Amino acid sequence: MKQFLKTTLLVAATLWSVAGFAADPTVPLDEAKIDLHDKASLQRGAQLFMNYCLGCHSMEYQRYQRTFNDIGIPEELGTANLQFTGEKVGDLITNAMPTESANAWFGTAAPDLTLVARVRGADWLYTYFRSFYVDESRPFGVNNAVFPNVGMPHVLQELQGVPRKTTEKRMVDGEMQDVYVGIKADGSGMLTEAEYDQAMLDLTNFLVYTGEPMLLEQRRMGWYVFGFLLVFTIFAWLLKREFFRDVK
Amino acid sequence: MKKLIAWFDERIPMTKTWNIHLAQYPAPKNFNFWYLFGVLAMLVLVNQILTGIWLTMNYVPSAEGAFASVEYIMRDVDYGWLLRYMHSTGASAFFVVVYLHMLRGMMYGSYQKPRELLWVFGMLIFLVLMAEAFMGYLLPWGQMSYWGAQVIISLFGAIPIIGDDLTLWIRGDYVISGATLNRFFALHVIALPLVLVILVFLHIIALHEVGSNNPEGIAIKKPKGSVPDSEKPKFEFHERFTKKYDIVDAIPFFPYYVVKDLIGIGIFLFLFCYVIFFAPAMGGLFLEPPNFEPANPLKTPNHIAPVWYFTPFYAILRAVPDKLLGVILMFGSIAALFVLPWLDRGKVRSIRYRCGLHKLNLTVFCISFVALGYLGLKPATEVYTFFARVFTFLYFAFFILLFFYSKNENTKPVPERITK
Repeated sequence: MKQFLKTTLLVAATLWSVAGFAADPTVPLDEAKIDLHDKASLQRGAQLFMNYCLGCHSMEYQRYQRTFNDIGIPEELGTANLQFTGEKVGDLITNAMPTESANAWFGTAAPDLTLVARVRGADWLYTYFRSFYVDESRPFGVNNAVFPNVGMPHVLQELQGVPRKTTEKRMVDGEMQDVYVGIKADGSGMLTEAEYDQAMLDLTNFLVYTGEPMLLEQRRMGWYVFGFLLVFTIFAWLLKREFFRDVK
Repeated sequence: MKKLIAWFDERIPMTKTWNIHLAQYPAPKNFNFWYLFGVLAMLVLVNQILTGIWLTMNYVPSAEGAFASVEYIMRDVDYGWLLRYMHSTGASAFFVVVYLHMLRGMMYGSYQKPRELLWVFGMLIFLVLMAEAFMGYLLPWGQMSYWGAQVIISLFGAIPIIGDDLTLWIRGDYVISGATLNRFFALHVIALPLVLVILVFLHIIALHEVGSNNPEGIAIKKPKGSVPDSEKPKFEFHERFTKKYDIVDAIPFFPYYVVKDLIGIGIFLFLFCYVIFFAPAMGGLFLEPPNFEPANPLKTPNHIAPVWYFTPFYAILRAVPDKLLGVILMFGSIAALFVLPWLDRGKVRSIRYRCGLHKLNLTVFCISFVALGYLGLKPATEVYTFFARVFTFLYFAFFILLFFYSKNENTKPVPERITK
């Protein structure tokens, strides 16, 4: 029996350890060190989203009011500064461009972004925002290292500046090759490189929040449930001990 | 109070049923850890039914509204996220406990005579559970819901002659559409749960008719009059059990196993709640990332994998180059479990007293099952397919070998009584 359990566990562990590698993205992803408790960061992220993303991408499952309340923006302030087309504060964030226009302009509807962090992951988003580069062969003159042949323009270029792909000559498999090492902006943007990275971290943070707006409440409740279960299990154990005195 | 109970007892067998099935039901005194999973399966079933009822109150079963209504539940319904995560985690937990429950039966020979029918009812529960889970997974109407269902329904198309008409009949449309979603919803919330509850009832009735097996695999019913009074347990069992037999080494299910199971339930709930509150997607195993994207019939995901509890069977399907043969083998892998009581011709139940080959055989079977489950999650590359074939072979080898060596098995002597 013991041997049987041991073998089974061992095999399970081995299989688990090789399960680590998933579908590989084209470039390594940078870790997004986000913090859902950081309300200032979430507010800056919301501001970026409403100003730069919402023109095309909706957030149709999330409400303005809930967002403002959760990330600490007073409702009047939010309505005045972050709602641009006269919706009510209780409305869903659906006021992006119409699908018909999107089909005409971009060939496809811009995907809704409410849940994008749950589909792609925070690291992917953070790296994606910082991986646009100039590519004249594309319709919008830009491409993305994380999302090859991306169908959208680089809407944050005024913040980042003109980004170019940088490569380095390296020895790969015995041959000198140009290896992608990252993106370098030309400095014409409104933000420095560090500021831009921080802004993209804020935006990622905000999208992670909208993906799971209940996350903090969920975890907080989890600890209370653990507390209850601890007490429950201790009492169950005491009860069992008491009853099993009868069973020699 | 006594009068009230008497009033009921004259009109319905209330106290009698309570005694036969709980307070005076003789359960072997040596149940171990493995005997928890039946109770846990019941607990999860109740969880699924209750959370399911409340989810239905806000879910919209239409291709246009399903995805948005799930997000409405997650965001706008009070504690809707909790109900949804309890339900989605419950689905996976159901399979975890049912697989372990089945393994228990295989280890201690709980399917052997006279428990064949009990085992068959259990297998029917497993089959209905798979259908229930499959249909439930379509309801969020995400990309994996859609394409997973597409792949699985198309399997029926491999059946000669009627295949295409059959898939059309199942879908109710030429592709998976709102029509499919609506009928799956009806089956998921009414038809299959009803069947499931009836089967669970029959499973328990059958269990209480033949009595519970135990880790030693030996009977606690001895011929009437063969046991001296000094060796009989001091508990009172219902005359239904004691009329024909002397019962030894048993304790009443209530209160003893009920309080013991409470500890197990507490520990199980720790793990269950850990997933609900801290890892509801379970790293993409319980809720797959592409399923947070609404179903899009025009965009096929790069890699379609069913949820983890189907992957062992999915791996068997993919291991076979011919589609029809693959489908046959996949259903065969479940059918083999159905006829296990007749494939095993051994007289000794518990793995503790069976031959070394049986121990090895069962170990290899478990490894194959887990390995196939892992391979079913991965894309079908050449290397993975090779391994899937090896483990498919080993999976079926378990049943074939068992049939031959169990006839004249070299077993260890089985004790007369439960000593521990």
